[in-house]
Amino acid sequence: MSDKKTKAAPTNPYGKIGAALNELDDRLGVAKGGRTLLDKVFPDHWSFMLGEIALYSFIVLLVTGIFLTLYYVPSSALVTYHGPYLPLVGQKISEAYNSSVNLSFTVRGGLLMRQMHHWACDIFVGSILVHMARVFFTGAFRKPRELNWTIGTTLLVLSIAEGFLGYSLPDDLVSGTGIRIADSIILSIPVVGTYISFFLFGGNFPGTAVIPRFFIIHVLLIPLILLGLVGAHLFLLVRQKHTQFPGKGRTEKNVVGTPMYPVFMAKTTGFLLVVGGAIALLGAFAQINPIWQFGFYDAARISYAVQPDFYMGFLDGALRIMPAWEFANFGHTIALEVFLPSVVFPGILFTLVYAWPAIERKFTGDNELHNLLDRPSQRPKRTAAGVTVLSFLSILFIASSTDVVANYFRVSLNTVLWEMRILTVLVPLITYPVTLKICREMMGFQGAGKRKTTNVVTRTTEGEYVAVAAPVYVDDAHHELDAIRVPTFLAPEEETANAVEPTSGVRRAER
Amino acid sequence: MSDANRTPVAISGLSPDDPHLQPAARRPELVERVIAVLFVFGIVLCLGFGVAYWQNWAPWTLGATMGGGLSLLGIGLIAWGKYLMPRGPFVEERHELANSDADRDAFAAAIVERGGAVVKRRKFLGGLLGTGLGIFGVVAAFPLIRSLGPLPKGTLFHTDWSKGTYLVDITGRRVHVSDMTLGSIVTVFPEGLQDSDNGQAVDQTVLIRLSNQDFTTMKGRESWGPSGYVAYSKLCTHLGCPVGLYEQELELLVCPCHQSMFNVANGAMPTFGPAPRPLPQLPLMVDAAGYLQSQSDFKEPVGPGFWERNS
Repeated sequence: MSDKKTKAAPTNPYGKIGAALNELDDRLGVAKGGRTLLDKVFPDHWSFMLGEIALYSFIVLLVTGIFLTLYYVPSSALVTYHGPYLPLVGQKISEAYNSSVNLSFTVRGGLLMRQMHHWACDIFVGSILVHMARVFFTGAFRKPRELNWTIGTTLLVLSIAEGFLGYSLPDDLVSGTGIRIADSIILSIPVVGTYISFFLFGGNFPGTAVIPRFFIIHVLLIPLILLGLVGAHLFLLVRQKHTQFPGKGRTEKNVVGTPMYPVFMAKTTGFLLVVGGAIALLGAFAQINPIWQFGFYDAARISYAVQPDFYMGFLDGALRIMPAWEFANFGHTIALEVFLPSVVFPGILFTLVYAWPAIERKFTGDNELHNLLDRPSQRPKRTAAGVTVLSFLSILFIASSTDVVANYFRVSLNTVLWEMRILTVLVPLITYPVTLKICREMMGFQGAGKRKTTNVVTRTTEGEYVAVAAPVYVDDAHHELDAIRVPTFLAPEEETANAVEPTSGVRRAER
Repeated sequence: MSDANRTPVAISGLSPDDPHLQPAARRPELVERVIAVLFVFGIVLCLGFGVAYWQNWAPWTLGATMGGGLSLLGIGLIAWGKYLMPRGPFVEERHELANSDADRDAFAAAIVERGGAVVKRRKFLGGLLGTGLGIFGVVAAFPLIRSLGPLPKGTLFHTDWSKGTYLVDITGRRVHVSDMTLGSIVTVFPEGLQDSDNGQAVDQTVLIRLSNQDFTTMKGRESWGPSGYVAYSKLCTHLGCPVGLYEQELELLVCPCHQSMFNVANGAMPTFGPAPRPLPQLPLMVDAAGYLQSQSDFKEPVGPGFWERNS
């Protein structure tokens, strides 16, 4: 041991960098693991970038968010506005709103940072949703990755909550109305609703506690949890290695793609810059949330045709189309018209999402490890279930702007409301069987995506014509893209009878 | 042979002239030149960002230079990685995550046997410790949550309206019977509270003149609408938004949030949308000088439904 230290350092064949790495390895023992990390292979597919968009917009959120906290004042105390925006001059407004307007007009670069923060938030939640759809439809959530599905779903829930809190902080007319609605939703919870509301708001709505409390939850509590979960999400990704689509040389036991250093590192760093750049361009050219136009929050005022940020749309739509079913004849009131669409419905929805890997495992009896992804058409029932839920949410999203739709198409609000009520029932009923049918038809095409082979027609000496199929193209000879026998949802026999024997990938668990 | 059909190999131990290590671009010098141009423009825009900040140009110039600069550098870097770096494809074996049966058994044995040795023999101590920590957890939760705010008690059942409270508009001016024309509407507050949080959030009331004579909106409310003035809580019974739109011809109050409609001539019964209950009506009277006052508080809680509500 001691000889090693006292030995004169020999000239390192890799020069100063090599010597420095040796010093590092003496202390931390990183050489072997570091080499493995540099060699780590990431599979290539455009859909694997969706999660990267989420990660990089999160980084933009952190950077722009830190900038905003330096100027934002989380207080409901009233001050008189003395800034450059003339319509507000001399008005008594809250410090929160005052500082948000000042951020927009007097802090250099402040408006850009505010708009980038808001855009990055919408892109963050949106890319999580699309990333999640990719993971769902390709079956990437299956064993061994159920835990990462759970972490990802939690990230979605938290980022929606985080988005709502941040949206509330400027204390403008629109966001204040949003908080009022949130309070009413809390009040609708049976038995404990009023208590939760009073403890959250520090008394009756609106009070003065809500802005500072939302602020600390928004800038400290949730970001801390998000950071931890993002770290865990990435750690599991590295530990379990990324999934890949079937293809030449790709098996359940390997990963084919580009190595971490230098190729993946270059591409992903470039992508970070592009995501940041795109958000900056949106912040520059696409106005978002012009709070000075909405005015400050005043509980007795309201604006018209205002929608929440898109990720709240499905809840708002559900609230709009819900019939007025209050249940109130037993000495208490259950505001079912609020409680069902805004508490029970998202509760059931997210429980289903959390439980999906377990549900699917139960129905298929498939307890194998999966590293190769499915094509959505290979799993008709899963795909149909996913499309059905998405179509249902899409109708609810459209229903969140019934008034705008009615205005735009010049039809009565009543008609639009009833159309939406009918469509929320009808559309999922149609999308499920239609998706199922499309997937099964696609499964029926054996070797879909491969080139057709020529039929060579020859004439024998007897004058007989014989057609012989030419051999398969060399490139198509491998079977990775063949339809494979899959574990189906307790499928009837004829459904899988046509599928060819598995040549790779998933096999049904033997029983 | 296209890239997709080349057999993947491990990246370590390849000779430098291995086709896997060659760039993907057919003409690397050309690609290099294009990337150089992207980088140069990127550098120029990033410098422009500094200039725009220094000169305090309009916010959009800051975003355009920053966004453009970052995007160009990023696109160049992606192109560098995609076209000028080893084309692969490379393969890496997955190592099974599961350990050998012996290792798994040893792990389980360590937990079960050691735990068994400690806990089974000392069940009483374990029970006491568990009880103590459990009690602390439950007891600590109470002050933690309880100190967040007051108990609701009767707060949600009452407003600041009471017998003889004058109706004032947002500027604090009392409303006289001669002030409003037929079909006009104004938001009113209890006198002195028009600027307060509670006045605006809870007591807000809409005053509408429907007629020149006393107006009865429902049976039992014969004296509530002197000189055709009727007043309703402005808090929507759905989610508490201010019911801020008035459709004068149809005599409908409309909530802009979720489009609930209330018929003001008929006790503000909901005629459309998700609101379950009529808006509570405020009984009005006129004092000797002709100013409008409330006869009492609302007869029922205002705003959205909640568990303790009993009517």
